[in-house]
Amino acid sequence: MSEISLMLSKIMPFIQGFIYPNDIELHWGILIVLYPYITGLVAGAFILASLARVFNVSEVKATYRLSLLTAFAFLSTATLPLLGHLGHPERALEILFTPKLESAMAMFGFVYAWYLMAVLCLEIWFDYRKDIVLRSANEKGLKKIFYTVLTLGSKNISSEALALDEKIGRVITIIGIPSAFMLHGYVGFIFGSVKANPWWNTTLMPIIFLMSAMVSGIAMVMLVYMVTQWLRKKAVDMPCVDTIRLYLFNIFLVDFALEMLDLIHRIYAAEESFDVLSILMKGNLFWTQFVGQILVGTIVPLALLALTFLFKTSPSIRKSFYFVSAILTLAGIFFMRWNVVIGGQLFSKSFLGFTTYKLNLIGIEAYAAIAIAILPFVILSALIYILPPWEKE
Amino acid sequence: MKLSRREFLELSGKSVLAMLALSLPKKLLAMPEEMAKFDWEDYYWGYGIDIEKCIGCGKCVKACKVENNVPDEPFFFRTWIERYVERKDDKIEVDSPNGGKDGFPELKNKKDIKKSFFVPKICNHCEHPPCVQVCPVGATYKTKDGVVLVDPDYCIGCRYCIQACPYGARFLHPEKRVAEKCTLCYHRITKGLRPMCVEACPTGTRIFGNLKDNNSIINKFLKTKKINVLKQHLGTKPKAYYAGMDKEVR
Repeated sequence: MSEISLMLSKIMPFIQGFIYPNDIELHWGILIVLYPYITGLVAGAFILASLARVFNVSEVKATYRLSLLTAFAFLSTATLPLLGHLGHPERALEILFTPKLESAMAMFGFVYAWYLMAVLCLEIWFDYRKDIVLRSANEKGLKKIFYTVLTLGSKNISSEALALDEKIGRVITIIGIPSAFMLHGYVGFIFGSVKANPWWNTTLMPIIFLMSAMVSGIAMVMLVYMVTQWLRKKAVDMPCVDTIRLYLFNIFLVDFALEMLDLIHRIYAAEESFDVLSILMKGNLFWTQFVGQILVGTIVPLALLALTFLFKTSPSIRKSFYFVSAILTLAGIFFMRWNVVIGGQLFSKSFLGFTTYKLNLIGIEAYAAIAIAILPFVILSALIYILPPWEKE
Repeated sequence: MKLSRREFLELSGKSVLAMLALSLPKKLLAMPEEMAKFDWEDYYWGYGIDIEKCIGCGKCVKACKVENNVPDEPFFFRTWIERYVERKDDKIEVDSPNGGKDGFPELKNKKDIKKSFFVPKICNHCEHPPCVQVCPVGATYKTKDGVVLVDPDYCIGCRYCIQACPYGARFLHPEKRVAEKCTLCYHRITKGLRPMCVEACPTGTRIFGNLKDNNSIINKFLKTKKINVLKQHLGTKPKAYYAGMDKEVR
């Protein structure tokens, strides 16, 4: 008996009602939960960066470079959960070499490559070019060689050249905004277009994914900024975090409203799948959806942020409120991804029963997920070391 | 060249054997007439299921597993049988123990039963297959004669097709790590034979034939029965046609 069959036989006692026999195996696990979570963080962090660059929100300049590096760190790991989940990872590049254009998933490689190479890499390079050139001149030994390579031979840092860099950077950001929307709206489309699955199949899915992506990315950058300032024993720029809070709160409200609209629409329309979905929400998903996602992950952080608007509070109280809301928001969006990906597979397409997903049974997949979740922070630390984002302060 | 008698006999014997060997396959493995002239443009396969005839014996499931090397565990099926039981209080009970492969256990509280029936399930070989639409590398495709197949040497195992199939007809092969499903026994039907499940059915529940041939058994079935398909509202245009299907069947 294969390993999968052994795992599935352990799941058998937990099955409720009738499930198509091929539906017993839950096909997209924790790794596929991580995939939209990570790409969402990328898109969100980039949007925050673009606020400073394109929309001239000067207050958030302090987090501009950090946002870019955060986006890059997460984007560089975004393919790992997908790769880890393939039955034949060695054939992964077929998606790029022989894509079937009719498939939504086939576009991933191109959207990803475009975003990584044409947007993020370029923008970071143009923004850091002056720093890189200066370092290639001032450092010694291996570091000197490293930064010299990074200059790509472009060592002109005259004021005209820098002005041109600035211009190009702005154009890239302008192109980058729709690209970021595409990257994550597209991930929502992968789920939203599956008509076989009523839990996924909603036109709102791409836009809900996009909004929640912005929420999670902004919360992540705010958190990373506050933690790095604390580690560097530097003061947190209060106008900056206050402004980030404003955007976080507003976008979060829109996101929450859309999610509730989807929920209310389902209840009101009460289509064929309604019975099975309502059992799903009241039962298997109660803790992760109502408690994790809606209460702890949305209402509480929104309320905490609202309190800081409503009452005059000292910076230290605000900081702690922001810190807690950012963590809860990130947890809430993770639960949202979980509820979409795992929730959508818990019920059978017979609409007559449920399977289950046991993290403790999937072993190596859980360890891989933990490693993939930690990796972006390692990459971010390395990036911060190589390209310190604070020099413009 | 001078040959001894011994060498001459040996060589002649070998030549005769070689000639025989060359002509044997043609004689032994001769394909039925139809194979010789099989042109997929001439065919469009359809599959019929006469629910009233199914007795839930499971022979079709067994035959399919053997014929197609489907893993024997109860999580992987190219075809399976479901049993629907409607109680007098309108409650519906559905079961499919081991896909119905070993038949079904006796029903409890028989007095409460309003009706009960078996529903064999199979890939619907949809005209608009969502599984084909979503495959990112084109590893799953529709043949000209209307069969949805998977190329196991090309499938990357992303499982998007499994998610997209509304009928639960696909699974990931636990060893090959690629998507798998019913092929209508493509290796048989292109030789003029019937799919193994149709062959094994003792009651004539399962019907198979060429939709392009007006006199085929499947066309007679479609003409004489009231036909329904699964999840019609999804617009997949299934080619597994059900006669006598109750509204409760999903």
